[in-house]
Amino acid sequence: MQAPIAVLWMMGADAFQVCCTFGLTPVTPASPSFSTAPTASQGMKPSVFWRLADDIPKPMSTALMVLSIAVPFALWWIVASLDLVNDKFLPSPFQVAQALGRLWTDGFLLGDTAASIMRVTVGFLLAALVSIPIGIAMGAFASVRSLLEPIVGVVRYMPAPAFIPLLLIYLGLGEAPKIALIFMGTVFFNILMIMDAVKFVPKALLETTYTLGGQRRQALFQVITPYVVPNIIDTFRINIATSWNLVVVAELVAAENGLGKRIVLAQKFFNTDEIFACLIILGVIGFALDLSLRGLMKATCKWAMD
Amino acid sequence: MHLEINNLSKQFDTRQGPVVALDDINMHVETGEFVCVVGASGSGKSTLLRLVAGLDMPTAGEITVDGQVVTGPGSDRGMIFQSYTLYPWMTVQKNVEFGLKLQGVGPRERREMASYYLDVVGLTKFARSLPKQLSGGMKQRVAIARTLASRPKIMLMDEPFGALDVQTKETMQQFMLDLWNRTGVSILMITHDVDEAVFLSQRIYVLTAHPGTIQREVFVDLPSDRTYTIRRDRTFQDYREGIMDLLRGKAAPALVS
Repeated sequence: MQAPIAVLWMMGADAFQVCCTFGLTPVTPASPSFSTAPTASQGMKPSVFWRLADDIPKPMSTALMVLSIAVPFALWWIVASLDLVNDKFLPSPFQVAQALGRLWTDGFLLGDTAASIMRVTVGFLLAALVSIPIGIAMGAFASVRSLLEPIVGVVRYMPAPAFIPLLLIYLGLGEAPKIALIFMGTVFFNILMIMDAVKFVPKALLETTYTLGGQRRQALFQVITPYVVPNIIDTFRINIATSWNLVVVAELVAAENGLGKRIVLAQKFFNTDEIFACLIILGVIGFALDLSLRGLMKATCKWAMD
Repeated sequence: MHLEINNLSKQFDTRQGPVVALDDINMHVETGEFVCVVGASGSGKSTLLRLVAGLDMPTAGEITVDGQVVTGPGSDRGMIFQSYTLYPWMTVQKNVEFGLKLQGVGPRERREMASYYLDVVGLTKFARSLPKQLSGGMKQRVAIARTLASRPKIMLMDEPFGALDVQTKETMQQFMLDLWNRTGVSILMITHDVDEAVFLSQRIYVLTAHPGTIQREVFVDLPSDRTYTIRRDRTFQDYREGIMDLLRGKAAPALVS
């Protein structure tokens, strides 16, 4: 009971100190002034916190990033420990940690996580393999674009989960409908985003290639394709979040395992602590995927980074 | 090398109707010449160069290089654009090698040729750098090395120094002149900068605007080993002012005619 309040108080003090250190003055009520003191200059007031499209100092950035996680966590901890809410509805961080341990020792955690990751990996890899050539072709050739853009544009607005009943009818209850759902839910967005990236390849770069003796085919594979690699990685980083959503949707509807299935089971037995545990795992894995794709970008596309 | 342009016209179809960009252009460039085309904006001078490069097709007339009609782009007419067209993911060395790679030259020969031309443009030290680490002038020198490495019959330059600051521009002009004297490459360059044209070239075609037609051909009778001090010469200034007057639409003094 004492600890969380102390934590919050410390966070508050920290936040205050961060603000002061970096030049954010606390707001004080303005008092009417009749003095003939020099009037404020007409220029823009300097600020660190509110600088537009600019970096902030590293320590400030680190402090704010810590707050970003610590504040919600502390709030959760406090509300749960104040006994305002029945802990059947809002389990404490400690109870969730225990649930996590339980799921781990029972072997569910590893099995369910592996099942979900496998589905995302296969479904998204298939979508990636299909979307790269089609997206590049649509971006590079107006002809292919005219041929495919209308149909892709319509189908992508059909919500992927709406296909679940059909997928179950066509593909049964195994892995296939789940992988197909992830594939369908991401492939069209991948295609359109890659297509857009190709449109931004500078025309002069292609024309230079031609005047160096290059053929269209060489321009396509040796200029356009490497130019859009960073955009492709970025596209995947954004759309893999969708596939992570869809795998849970698929598992909520019909599955024998997976983190989505674990959540449904936990609901049946009113184990909210397990639901919380699964949500945290989902968030952490998603974030890890994001970070690893960023790492891939850093490792392979130094030329495109600032 | 003999570049010839005969009765060349180019018309663009716009929503407001057809626009004649170039009308009945006749000109030529011979081996080892440095020829400039000057004109105000709207004179179609960039269009002219794109037609020579084969990146656009003429409405009428024809362009020939050594008797062969130009029907598309090719490495015999290397082009330098105003925007820096280096491949951003390749090192400077790989950029210079790329034209040779496209033409199927083997890796060892590629490397040797690229190193040679990087030395010619004075950028050997930067062979392993990425384009984004270079200044504008250096990028343009890499582009020139890349084009030269492909051994073009003629190098086409579209306002290559237009985006550079005044000091860098002057350095690059001197560099270009020295390079031309050393390599003997034939050059056709487009510019709106009359001073630049007089400083660099042996012959200048002056274009009028709307539509672009050749108003005058000016022979620049100045020594080929020019330095910046030549700008103070009376003759240099006469050429410059004469061409400026032509572009203003005034009668030109006798020297230029």
